[in-house]
Amino acid sequence: MASLPVVNHARNAAEFIGDEKEVRRHDRALWFMRANRDIAVQSLPKWELLREKASQIKSHCMSRLADYLEQFQDNATELGVRVHWARDASEHNEIVYGILSERNVRKVVKSKSMLTEECHLNPYLEEHGIEVIDTDLGERIVQLRNEPPSHIVMPAVHLGREQIGATFHEHLGSEAGASDPNYLTDVACRHLRDKFLGAEAGITGVNFAIADTGGIVVCTNEGNADLGTSLPKIHVACMGIEKLIPRLRDLSVFQRLLARSTTGQPITVYSSHFHGPVPGGELHVVLVDNGRSRILGSNDFRRSLHCIRCSACLNTCPVFRRSGGYSYGSTISGPIGSTLSPSRDAGQFRTLPFACSLCGSCSDVCPVKIDLHSQLLVWRREIALRRLLPLSKRLAMKLASFVLRHTWLYETVGKVLRWSSRTLPRWLIYNRLNVWGRQRELPPIPAQSFRDLYKGSHDRPKRDS
Amino acid sequence: MTAQNEILDAIRRHHLQAVDLPTLDGGWITYDDPHKQFAKALEAVKGRCFRANDLADVNGQIEKLPEYADSQQICSVIPGVGRSNVDLNAIDDPHDLDNVDLAVVPGQLAVAENGAVWVTDAGLKHRAILFVSRQLVLVVPAGELVNNMHEAYERIADAAQSSFLPVSERRPGFGVFISGPSKTGDIEQIMVIGAHGPRSLTVFLVDSLK
Amino acid sequence: MGAVSVGSQFPQRIKLTSMTRIGLFIPCYIDQLYPHVAMATVEVLERCGVEVYFPTAQTCCGQPMANTGCTNETRPLAWKFFETFRDYDYVVCPSGSCVAMVRHHYDEYLDGTPGFIDLKEKTFELCEFLTDVLKVEGLGGRFPYRVGLHQSCHGLRELRLGRASELAGPSYSKARTLLELIGDLEITTLERADECCGFGGTFAMSEEAVSCLMGRDRIRDHLQAGTEVLTAVDMSCLMHLSGLIVRDKHPIRVMHVAEILAGRDPAIVSLPQEPMSNEKS
Repeated sequence: MASLPVVNHARNAAEFIGDEKEVRRHDRALWFMRANRDIAVQSLPKWELLREKASQIKSHCMSRLADYLEQFQDNATELGVRVHWARDASEHNEIVYGILSERNVRKVVKSKSMLTEECHLNPYLEEHGIEVIDTDLGERIVQLRNEPPSHIVMPAVHLGREQIGATFHEHLGSEAGASDPNYLTDVACRHLRDKFLGAEAGITGVNFAIADTGGIVVCTNEGNADLGTSLPKIHVACMGIEKLIPRLRDLSVFQRLLARSTTGQPITVYSSHFHGPVPGGELHVVLVDNGRSRILGSNDFRRSLHCIRCSACLNTCPVFRRSGGYSYGSTISGPIGSTLSPSRDAGQFRTLPFACSLCGSCSDVCPVKIDLHSQLLVWRREIALRRLLPLSKRLAMKLASFVLRHTWLYETVGKVLRWSSRTLPRWLIYNRLNVWGRQRELPPIPAQSFRDLYKGSHDRPKRDS
Repeated sequence: MTAQNEILDAIRRHHLQAVDLPTLDGGWITYDDPHKQFAKALEAVKGRCFRANDLADVNGQIEKLPEYADSQQICSVIPGVGRSNVDLNAIDDPHDLDNVDLAVVPGQLAVAENGAVWVTDAGLKHRAILFVSRQLVLVVPAGELVNNMHEAYERIADAAQSSFLPVSERRPGFGVFISGPSKTGDIEQIMVIGAHGPRSLTVFLVDSLK
Repeated sequence: MGAVSVGSQFPQRIKLTSMTRIGLFIPCYIDQLYPHVAMATVEVLERCGVEVYFPTAQTCCGQPMANTGCTNETRPLAWKFFETFRDYDYVVCPSGSCVAMVRHHYDEYLDGTPGFIDLKEKTFELCEFLTDVLKVEGLGGRFPYRVGLHQSCHGLRELRLGRASELAGPSYSKARTLLELIGDLEITTLERADECCGFGGTFAMSEEAVSCLMGRDRIRDHLQAGTEVLTAVDMSCLMHLSGLIVRDKHPIRVMHVAEILAGRDPAIVSLPQEPMSNEKS
């Protein structure tokens, strides 16, 4: 199987940053989300306790995942739900297509599901003659532009209103040059209402699947998942196997964390609990593995499966805000994407764990307390062990380690480097190879190191060799 | 081997150490005046909350809502509330509900912390009525107001044992927390009220359901 | 604010005995590039009445190697550190990230080794040593400047030297507590209290565009807040920010917290406001 090209996050990010106005807008928009989240968090007592409970519930669930999956299947089946299992993305696509084609479905509406993005469901269905309309406004925008979503919750955050206006003018007949968000939203909703009315089936994701009742929960602000599943009689819900939680009661913890972490609002407008199909209709749940059972086996990365796709880590990440989702080259970007994607293909995504200044903010905002920045550090070790580091980095570290192991060598090299920096002309020091020197001044280089200053001095601090 | 068995095997092969399920106790937030908090939370998400003594009072107040005056197609499933001219039970195809301007539906409980109302499809022939109408009015017993989501799910889980999902006879059902009118911020994060679902939400907390 | 005159001992609730040996841990780049920060650290500790020792065998905690994933290259440095410092009563260091390396990232090299847990428990960043161990109550002096406190990430989120703004709970900062003991010192209010400066170790080079944009954004925040002197517990952050400040010619002076605590005058601090010339100084 041909391997995909290596994603070069640094190069992609540099390109994104080239548009100064856009990167500033992108950064401000996402920081706004983070700031709203902070307001909600500071006003809710016991927020940290909630995070702790959520983390423990997920850990428990993962430790007994097979049992809970079976329990879910049993209970869901009793309610009249058809439960399907897919080993990987292509099996998932085949199953979904199979359900639709057996029922002669040609028109489908779909609400936001990162799982279906991961499996590239849309192109598969379209190749097989099925029209798929993404009904989340952000998703519809990028669908019309033939682009992938750039953020797991706000798919069109990388676009300004003028660009969206132009897209709607081209595809939906809105006025040329119109860019008012209210007007554009209205145009899109009218267009999508027709799609809801004409749809023969609705595909949704799953925010939470409940083992002890066999129900599934879908959360939206727009109501698109609900329109898409209350008008057509066929509902296909696609979920990663990690979306399970043990009990209906456990939802209280997650429902209090999810929307606050995403946008700061206390709950999404709609949190729909589906226990069985609509009368006279069908509800299919497709359980997808696609590498999750493998991640489950890793002590280091297992906790990344706790993710509830809130996007708090994306919004807080200073690197994501300034590089945009496309720089990551993966379905899910940001800190969580940077630990999930290398699990899929460490070679292709080897730069993602390095697209990080290790600030640790992501781990602090994660509602389920995934140790995100620690996992990225572990990935760096993995990437080094698998010999995927660039040769220059490997050699530099070997050399540095050797020097630093021997005090006399460290002192000598230090002296030499300082001497040459103080002696060589500026044009030689600030050469093309000096990456630091491109945008930053080097620090002023002292003639003596600290240890030089105190060598032999008897009254400041005592020398211990 | 079936996909199911292969996946379950792949999971079980790890022999993960058991981790305890935590209790859900936490001394979670309660309010001195839950009704006030509910109204405040609902208003913060651009919904509105009114108190009423009984259904006749609700009916009287509904008549005064500006969106009610503008509504032609009104579907109310609560007898005596709203001049209903769309009979939900007489409709076979939920697509025919597309022209409903205003719907009046009962809610089972209300949550103070976030202004959400829990609505089930019990007695509701087409759940689509909750999402397809332009304006939505929910009527909730004032006594069914809880402080937070933990209390809410306790009630729902209990109800699930008895009527929503009786243990003895599993019956499919639908329930949704609705908190405010539909909205989207997908265009430059500017909040636009009114997306696919209703563009207004009015909640009446009624003291007596007579 | 106690009556502490220049050069006198800082009032503190805990007085260590003269038998207590403090091992001074000076990060490699401070040793080589910012010796005055180390000098200030020594002075601060001596004014706390403690016996400071500088074991010259020390070189580097190994963080750059560890952060690149090169654990094999880090291991010998972790051992060297352990052997150098294991016998001191306390180890104090003017760097949050280096102390975080020892306390949080040495386990994989030294776990199970006798004396390792003790070493972790007695290794402190300078500010937390003053506030938590010595419980310093006064610093005296005057520093009549508007000070921008940059919350270095490792110190903030790994050592919890302060409450990160994304966490629930009341705000606190050990560095801030100390700075507020100094007369006439005003701490500026930033739009983003603790966003990362973008240094991130080798990140500063391998993701140069993002790193410099992050740094410039921090500087812009300090400019709008009216910061005259930018400070932090980590010289690495300051090296990066200073590099940008000097290149972009902004009127902000950069000082490590130790220098402020030691009463250095920013007007004569050695970090220049002019780019380095090619003449010997």
